[in-house]
Amino acid sequence: MNCDLGLLGPTFVTGIILGFLYALIALGYTMVYGVLKLINFAHDAIFMVGAVAAFYVFGEWLGISGSRTGLTLLVMLLAMLLVAGAAAAVSAALLERTAYRPLRRRNAARLSYLISAIGASFFITYLFQQDFLLGPGQRNFPSILAAGSDAFGFTLLDSRINNPEILVVVGALVCFLFLDRLINQTATGRSIRALSEDPVASQLMGINIDRVIVTTFVIGGFFGGVAGAMYGLLFGNVVWNMGFIPGIKAFTAAVLGGIGNIRGAMLGALLLGLVENMSVVCLDAEWKNVVAFTLLPLVLIFRPTGILGERIGG
Amino acid sequence: MATKAGASDFRTYLDERFPRLSGRLPEGFVNSANVVFVGWRRLGYFKYLLAGVLMWYIPELLERDWMPLLQGNFGITVLFNVGYYILLTLGLSVVVGLAGLLDLGYIAFFMLGSYTVALMTQSGSPDQFHIVEWTPWASIPFAVIVAMLAGFALGVPTLRLRGDYLAIVTLGFHEIVRQAANNLEITNGSRGIAGIPHPTVGDFDFGLDPTTYWRYLCIPAIILAVIMIRHLDSSRVGRYWAAIREDEVAAAAMGVPVTKMKVFAFVIGASTSGIAGWIFSVKSGYIAPNSFPLLESILVLSAVVLGGLGSIAGAVLGAILVEGLPSVIQDASPSGAVLGFNIETGRIAVFGLALIIVMIYRPGGLLAAKRRRTELSEAGAADAVVVDESAEAIKARDADLYDEEKKG
Repeated sequence: MNCDLGLLGPTFVTGIILGFLYALIALGYTMVYGVLKLINFAHDAIFMVGAVAAFYVFGEWLGISGSRTGLTLLVMLLAMLLVAGAAAAVSAALLERTAYRPLRRRNAARLSYLISAIGASFFITYLFQQDFLLGPGQRNFPSILAAGSDAFGFTLLDSRINNPEILVVVGALVCFLFLDRLINQTATGRSIRALSEDPVASQLMGINIDRVIVTTFVIGGFFGGVAGAMYGLLFGNVVWNMGFIPGIKAFTAAVLGGIGNIRGAMLGALLLGLVENMSVVCLDAEWKNVVAFTLLPLVLIFRPTGILGERIGG
Repeated sequence: MATKAGASDFRTYLDERFPRLSGRLPEGFVNSANVVFVGWRRLGYFKYLLAGVLMWYIPELLERDWMPLLQGNFGITVLFNVGYYILLTLGLSVVVGLAGLLDLGYIAFFMLGSYTVALMTQSGSPDQFHIVEWTPWASIPFAVIVAMLAGFALGVPTLRLRGDYLAIVTLGFHEIVRQAANNLEITNGSRGIAGIPHPTVGDFDFGLDPTTYWRYLCIPAIILAVIMIRHLDSSRVGRYWAAIREDEVAAAAMGVPVTKMKVFAFVIGASTSGIAGWIFSVKSGYIAPNSFPLLESILVLSAVVLGGLGSIAGAVLGAILVEGLPSVIQDASPSGAVLGFNIETGRIAVFGLALIIVMIYRPGGLLAAKRRRTELSEAGAADAVVVDESAEAIKARDADLYDEEKKG
C-alpha cells in the first residue's frame, strides 16, 4: 500500500461536496424511515425522476444549452430545482399511494413492504431505460452553470471550486436548515414527529396519518429531486441508472448518522463522502465503492443506531 | 415425513390450496384425478425418480413440431437456463420464503461458486492464476463450500440486524464481490476468465450440448435440492424458520436459536447457488464480472416472490416465468421489443411492477405455500409497519374476519 499524501487536499474537497449531495438524498430515506420504520428502496428512482424531469423541461422542451449569467441564471436555476423537486415529490406521493398504502391498509408484514419497494424501484428505473423515455444511454444535462478554469471559481486545497460545486454546498445547507425548521418548529413537523414516536397514540390525538405519511414522502421526494438536478448540473449528464449508487450511499449515510434522524443524515453523509473519497489517497480509485459499501456493515455491527441515534428531529 | 404431510385426497387438497378453482371443477373430474393424486402421494421417494424421468424427456418433447416456439437447440438452451435458475430460486426461496430474510445480493454466492471453478481448473491463458489445476468434477465440493462459507461469513455479523438493514447490506455485498472480481488480478479483472474446461467422463466430453448438461447435471441437482429443502422444511428447522418469520421476538422467547437458524438458512440457500454456479461456468466456459449484474439478484428475487414464497412448485414456476418466458418472447419477436419495451431490460420493469401487484393482491405468490399463504394475507401481522387505525383499514380488517368466520 503506497499512500499519496498529495491527494489529501483534493479528495477532502470532493468528499465534502459529494457528502452534501448524499445528504440531500439521505434526507428522503431518513424521513420515511422515521414515520414508517422502513427503507423506501424506491427513493433512488425518485432521485432519478427529479433529474430527468429537469432534463426534459429545460433540455428537451425549452432547448436550453450553454451557460447563463446574472438574473437569468438565478431564475432559471431556481426554476430548474423547483421543477426537479416537484416532479420527484409528485412521483413520491404516487409511489406512496400505489405501492405502500394498500399494504398499510392490510397491516401487511414488513417483508411485503420491502419487496414492494424493490419492485417499485426497479419498475421506475427500467421504465426510464426504455427507448420511449430516456433510453439506455447518457443524456446531456442543460449545464446553465459555467464550469471550468475560465469560469467563476476559486482554488481550495489544490482543487478547483466552480459554480456547480458552490451550488451543491449552498443548496444542501439551505435545504437542511429549511427542513430542520420544518420538523422542529411547525405543526406539520410536530405531527411527523408524533407519528414517528407512536403511531397509535398520534392517531388517537387526531392526527390524520395518511396525510402525514404522504407529506413525509413529498418532502423527502422534493429534496431527492433537488439533489437530482444538482447531480445533473455537477456531472453534466443524466442516465437512467444514475440513482443506484448514490442511493445506496445515501442510505449508508443515513444509517451511519442514525436513521430517522435528520441531523444524523447530514453528519453521516459528510462522513461517508470523506471516507469514501479520501480512501483514494491509499487505494486505487476502483475501490471507492467497495470502501463505501464495507462501511455500512461495520457501522451496523459496532453501532447499530448510528452516530446520533434514531430519533427524528433535534 | 414430508410425503405424509398435507391433504389425503384431491378434493381436500384443492379446497385448501385453490378454493375458488375447487368449486368450479365437476365431481367426476376430481374423482378420476384423485386416483393419480393418491397414487402420487403413495410413491414416496419413487416420485422423485419419476419426476426425474419425466424431466429427462423434456428435450425430446421440445423437438416435436407442436412446440414451434421452443424448437431445437434454442428450446433446449432455454431449458438449461431455466434449469440452473431453478437451483437459484430454490435456494433463495429458503432464505426469503422459509426464513423470511430479504437477500438482495443472492447472485454473489452464485458468482463465488463460478469463480471457484474457474480458479481450480485449467482455465484461461497460460499466465492465469490458479489455486490448483484439477478436473471440473473435483471442484464441485469446493464451489459449494465456498458459497456456503460466504453465506456464513456474511450471515454471522449481519443477521442480527433488522430485516431492512440486511437487505441493503446484502445488496452492498453483491457489489463488493463484483467490484473485487473486476479489480483483482487473480480473477483477470473485467476481462473475465475464458476456457473453463467442460466436464468429461472417460472419453465422453460434455461439450456445449445443453441437453447433456440438463440431463446429467441439472436434473440430479434439482432433485437433490428439492429433497433437502422438503426435509428441512418439515423438520424442526423448518418450524424454527416459520416461528422466526412470523414473530422473531416471540420465537426468541420460546427458545428458538434465532441468529443460528438465520445463518443456517443463509448457508443452505447459498449451497444450491454454489452448485448452480458450477453448472453455469462449466457449461458456458467463460465468466466475467458482467455475467453477474445486480439486476440478476433482483430477477431471482422476483422469480421467488412471483412463484410463491417458500413453495417449491412456486420456485420452479418463477424460474420459468422470469428466465424462460422472456427468452421465448424475445426469440418470437424479431424487433426484440414488445409494445416499445425492450425485452432484455423491459422485463425488469414488468417484473418490478409484478412484485408490487403480487404483494398487494396475492402476497403468497402464484403458487403459494400453504403455511405461508395464511401468514402473509393475515390481517394484522405481528410485525406490521404502522398499525393503521383509520376507519377504512378497520372496515377492511372486519371484512376479512367476517369472511373467515363464514368459511370456518
